[in-house]
Amino acid sequence: MSRATSYRSIVGVLPWLTIALLSLPVASGVLGAMAPAFGYLPVLGGDSLTLAPWRQLLEMPGLADMTRLSVVTGLASAAISLGVVVLFLGSFLHTPLYRRVQRWLSPLLAVPHAAAAIGLAFLLAPSGWVARGLSPWATGWQYPADFAFPGDPWGLSLILGLVIKEVPFLLLMSLAALVQCQARERLTVARSLGYRPLTAFFKVVMPGLYPLLRLPIYAVIAFATSTVDVAMILGPTTPNTLAVSVVGWLNDPSLSMRFMASAGAILQMLLTLMALGIWYALERLVASLSRHWCQDGRRQCGERWLGGMALMAIRLVLGLMLAGLAGLTLWSVAAYWPFPEFLPWPPTVQNWQAAADDLIVPVGQSLLVATAATLLSLVLVLGSLEAETLKRRPLRPWAQVILYLPLLVPSVAFLFGLVMMQAQVGIRPGLGAVIVGHAVFVLPYVFLSLAESYRRLDPRWSQQARSLGAGPWRVFLRVRIPLLLAPILTAAAVGFAVSIGQYLPTVLMGAGRVVTVTTEAVSLASGGDRRLTAIFALAQLLLPALGFLLAMFVPRYLFRRRQGLLPRSD
Amino acid sequence: MASLILDDIVIEQDQHPLLSLDTTIAPGEVVTVMGPSGVGKSTLLAFIAGFLSPAFTPRGRVLLDETRIDALPAEQRHVGLLFQDPLLFPHLDVEGNLAFGMVREGTRRQRRERIHEALASVGLDAFAKRDPATLSGGQKARIALLRVLLSQPRAILLDEPFSKLDAERRDEIRHWVFERVRHYHLPTLMVTHDEADAREAGGRILRLTERGTAGSIDQEART
Repeated sequence: MSRATSYRSIVGVLPWLTIALLSLPVASGVLGAMAPAFGYLPVLGGDSLTLAPWRQLLEMPGLADMTRLSVVTGLASAAISLGVVVLFLGSFLHTPLYRRVQRWLSPLLAVPHAAAAIGLAFLLAPSGWVARGLSPWATGWQYPADFAFPGDPWGLSLILGLVIKEVPFLLLMSLAALVQCQARERLTVARSLGYRPLTAFFKVVMPGLYPLLRLPIYAVIAFATSTVDVAMILGPTTPNTLAVSVVGWLNDPSLSMRFMASAGAILQMLLTLMALGIWYALERLVASLSRHWCQDGRRQCGERWLGGMALMAIRLVLGLMLAGLAGLTLWSVAAYWPFPEFLPWPPTVQNWQAAADDLIVPVGQSLLVATAATLLSLVLVLGSLEAETLKRRPLRPWAQVILYLPLLVPSVAFLFGLVMMQAQVGIRPGLGAVIVGHAVFVLPYVFLSLAESYRRLDPRWSQQARSLGAGPWRVFLRVRIPLLLAPILTAAAVGFAVSIGQYLPTVLMGAGRVVTVTTEAVSLASGGDRRLTAIFALAQLLLPALGFLLAMFVPRYLFRRRQGLLPRSD
Repeated sequence: MASLILDDIVIEQDQHPLLSLDTTIAPGEVVTVMGPSGVGKSTLLAFIAGFLSPAFTPRGRVLLDETRIDALPAEQRHVGLLFQDPLLFPHLDVEGNLAFGMVREGTRRQRRERIHEALASVGLDAFAKRDPATLSGGQKARIALLRVLLSQPRAILLDEPFSKLDAERRDEIRHWVFERVRHYHLPTLMVTHDEADAREAGGRILRLTERGTAGSIDQEART
């Protein structure tokens, strides 16, 4: 086989492997959850179809509250996140503030959900940093007040925790979409016709931008309605959200609970579907209501106060995230930190020294799983994008949906089914299963991070190289990869961060045999040791940060004498 | 020394003819293709070089003397290509760029010597280790052509190669490029909007007329 043929064969196969990696676990997982939900799971003695698991589920106390919580927190957090993003883009697109925020997006996205949630919990708890800052001079509290926050019964802290993570995600997704919908050109035309920036954004950019953001928004809704780790840390406990309860039932020592857990997983999927349906209906409503408004010729609509709100909201989101992380750092070095002292004094490294031994295995396994999952995803993504380049045809709409599939189907539903199927076919849970489980979630993010840069690479580079006699492998390895090294490493860093932050795939696919910093941080968060929790949350944060530092400095070092490849400072 | 033969070429888009052409370019001859935007000038070059988009359907044959090349992959056609941007690979230094294009003959040392000779021939022998981003437009253009020549092409395609050079340098580089391709007896097809390029090339000028018109090419012999 010639080199060119081997290249074409490999590049031809990789997109199909990508589709298989994304769709097979989801499809088989959903099927795997479906059968036990109706009583069929021979390994546990379920040989016939029955509605008993559903009856058991419906009799569960607090089920209505669980479902309400899941849907309301999911929809509310998505709506608030989208509102913040749209207002911010409308008010500050192409301004210095926008560029500053843009620079922070990837690192903010790299903060694992659990670490952000733990940081927020430490910040807003009755004995948290906010209460300390206001006490006793403003609140009069000498002791921590007695209120349930985080963990409030309305799910407000959960919504807040989701918003601070979803805003950076939607902003990052908007970056590519804005270019695609020619936002700058649209704005220029509208501004030249006398429209104020925010009004111009709503009237001429949003109609083009929203369709491109639809899938990321649906992914946000799916995640928010079914999150487990964030809900375990910030959500209410009496009752939990449905997803947290499903995981609890799955881990129940009584194996018979697994039938009901399956029914719960399917119910979770239906709830997410319902939330998506509600959102879709709202989309239609807003579109039809705004049609006339877009053409009514009004040049401005509350620019000043909406702009002010956008600024406040984005500052609040970023501020909460950063303050939460600062709080984690303080707790990790706190010896004795009585309320209402604002800072722990003197700081100590003893907490870290004491935790060092406990960190070795989780950090090692986190690194191993994240590196393997990221490499696997990167190979598949590069192959898929290269196939696109070869065929000179962008991804078809159905392939794009498959790309989002693991983000759209609640992970608790299909991972749960996968575990069932694993047991059915006799695959032992462990490192391999966890790596594949992580890759299912890592791959879409790696693809989304890299695709825009890959597609925008001037095709003439490859044409020039091939006209000089370079075969496809040489063009790929010696021209395309070096030219795209920075975005490739950034995409790898994003993938690595996503993997480090995975909780559910590790717990379910590893059956407790794989311990990562995230699984440890989440289980510690429900305990009382804030110092150890903070250390694990920081470890969870530092690993992705290391990835981003490498992604930033490796190209700078390698191309330190190549001005054409150094990032421009604008 | 070979002739570039474009034998009854017809390129269609959506089943409508975009252009048709039948001509032979002799060794050392520079043929210029001119015409308004959208008539398919660059499409013609893409077809000859092997980069035609699947949106187009070509017919006819491209030959370098006896060898039919239009079915070969781009890298096996031995057709050098120069764009309006020099496209020097930014991750390689000047020497690396030239080495990339060079045919792998002889030892590494011999190849380096050839590179240095080539650089010396254009007065850029001190620039081997330079970052392409630090070169002037004229220097980049020279290196880009050297790189193509070191790949030992049997024909050259020029896609508006001088349009981005400043006016002072343009005449000098233009003259140098045409002198080189004649020196190496390379059949050359150039696409340009600039009448001065065509005049300086000194060969035939093929004027493509509006898309879709019958016999959409009309040839003028340059006097």
